Amino acid sequence: MADTVSSAPAVFGARGYSAALEWIARRAEAFVIPLAALIVGMVLFSLFIALVGKSPLQLYETMWRGGFGSWFSIQNSLSRGAPLLLAALCVALPARLGLVVIGGEGAIVLGGVAAAATGVALSGAPSSIVILAMGVAGMAAGGIWIGAVGALRHYRAVNETISSLLMAYIAIALMNHLVEGPLRDPASLNKPSTQPLADAYRIGNIPGMEVHWGLVVGIVACILSWLLIEKTRWGFAARIAGGNVRAAQVQGLAVGPLIVGFTALAGGFAGLAGMLEVGAVQGSANASLAAGYASWRYMVLQVE
Amino acid sequence: MTDRFMLSRRQLLKTSAAGAALGLASAAFPINRAFAAAATVGFIYVGPKDDYGYNQAHAEGAAALKGIEGISIVEEENVPETVDVQKTMESMINLDGASLIFPTSFGYFDPHMLAMCAKFPDVQFRHCGGMWNKDKHPMNAGSYFGYIGMGQYLNGVVAGHTSKTKKLGFVAAKPIPQVLLNINSFLLGARSVDPTITCQVIFTGEWSLAVKEAEATNALVDQGADVITCHVDSPKVVVETAAGRGAFICGYHANQSPLAPEKYLTGAEWNWAKVYKMFVDDLIAGTPLPNFTRGGLADGFVKMSPLGPAVSEPAHKQFDATLAEMMKGGFSVIKGPLKSNKGIVVATEGQAFVETAIELESMDYLVEGVVGSTA
Repeated sequence: MADTVSSAPAVFGARGYSAALEWIARRAEAFVIPLAALIVGMVLFSLFIALVGKSPLQLYETMWRGGFGSWFSIQNSLSRGAPLLLAALCVALPARLGLVVIGGEGAIVLGGVAAAATGVALSGAPSSIVILAMGVAGMAAGGIWIGAVGALRHYRAVNETISSLLMAYIAIALMNHLVEGPLRDPASLNKPSTQPLADAYRIGNIPGMEVHWGLVVGIVACILSWLLIEKTRWGFAARIAGGNVRAAQVQGLAVGPLIVGFTALAGGFAGLAGMLEVGAVQGSANASLAAGYASWRYMVLQVE
Repeated sequence: MTDRFMLSRRQLLKTSAAGAALGLASAAFPINRAFAAAATVGFIYVGPKDDYGYNQAHAEGAAALKGIEGISIVEEENVPETVDVQKTMESMINLDGASLIFPTSFGYFDPHMLAMCAKFPDVQFRHCGGMWNKDKHPMNAGSYFGYIGMGQYLNGVVAGHTSKTKKLGFVAAKPIPQVLLNINSFLLGARSVDPTITCQVIFTGEWSLAVKEAEATNALVDQGADVITCHVDSPKVVVETAAGRGAFICGYHANQSPLAPEKYLTGAEWNWAKVYKMFVDDLIAGTPLPNFTRGGLADGFVKMSPLGPAVSEPAHKQFDATLAEMMKGGFSVIKGPLKSNKGIVVATEGQAFVETAIELESMDYLVEGVVGSTA
């Protein structure tokens, strides 16, 4: 709840210099703490690198060169990051309700399959309509999947962390069944896939960049989510429910619909990530969709 | 507001972890750099380089190039089949100066490698999997693959001699043609010893899913299988689980005998060192690289692991005789009369498919004697 501080600097005149300083310091804190923590993390990691006999400086130089050192590297980072924006919303939105959802991958793969199936089914229609329909189908599939996690949580008291994780496995199995069975392109022998999308239905790059439009969609989705959480009454209600469900219920907030709505929206964004993966990158749905964008799945596997 | 300047411990931990994660993520970028090399060759793996399997086989091939004068190697492991692999290829070209790239996972080909072929016409790309077609694909692309089904047939010969229960087990990833050919070859190799032998197959559905692979192995042993083999990306779990249950093992992809020296019979291994040296020799000589390269045991693309201590004398003899037969060329694993396990005739009397036969590449059946279903 650190970011509920919203006292404006209107007190400048009244309390003078020290108040202004305090205001600046409070704002600076938001940058200094993460930066300091990042540096601490890098120093600690350097120790590990030094322990295995490699030069940490050379490592960080390579990281910089690969990640940010040139326009090419920056685009490289952005294009790898684009799907992560939407996948991350599938964690961030439920988190505001106090829910830990780690199964975004399920929504991604089903969103991708739904989008691919829609793109093939509507083959022949104008491309703007098809792409829009693909987006809606992807969001719907992902939304239903993670919305179900939220519903199980609220109406059946099933732990959302476990259920979202397990449902991700079901989703991947379902995707494998669909792309290897009913939706399989018979020409895809050794890598079962859906029928390839026509070129007209593919999503291109942002002009002047080698990053597909998914980056813009991701950024817009993040901004909209921020507005939803911080500036609307639903967001406010969600934050209350995230703080204390019982208190929210006492206040008369409809906690059930809030939880289902927010988890469905979160899943919808992840489903959209799957749709973009199909439309902009893969051109069809196949097992490559389960690429670990919501890689908590793998972290949990390690723990197992 | 007494805590206004206090460094939130939770926040610090969180961001420190992010810093460390950033460090880990850096492993995703190639660390080797090209200093004054005549040519840089890039290798991209879908999993870890030390998986005792598919990726290790390729990494061993790449390692064989390291001593060659003027050749420098860049490698990246754990690269998913997404835009990531495209960016990895671009990084290898733009930042490391790679002029020849081997994206080794099947799923890297379309659309990822093809997109890069169009973008970098001066760079050569060779993909493992055998998809290249001169009518459809550019000339700076190409593919290579090996006929490893013969290796599984030899595995089957040794397994057939070793099995007491006459039941074999196969842990498979997906029912695709390459995998089905391996399963059928393994069973037919065993049936060349004893035609009553059966082989139970379990598909895990994924190329790499350790938990299911262990469950499948246990289930096969529970049902009486006493020799196990597999076709998954990393056979490590299958080998260790089977050996732990007392079953014998035939390996796949790479040599897994260090994991179970007593129980390991033999294995069908890739010999990519031979293939990669061939390409690099052409690169150094300045001759055009072949676009479509394939080979089997006789060509040195595939090899067998040394026979383990549990292999009997008769098994050894038949193994040697069958291998010698294969080295002469023209050996057919799939030959009539042969039915699928659903009773459909897949080869009539006198009909035989040599390893290069195009029909084998769209295989969609399991032969009689295999217990399991493709769908």
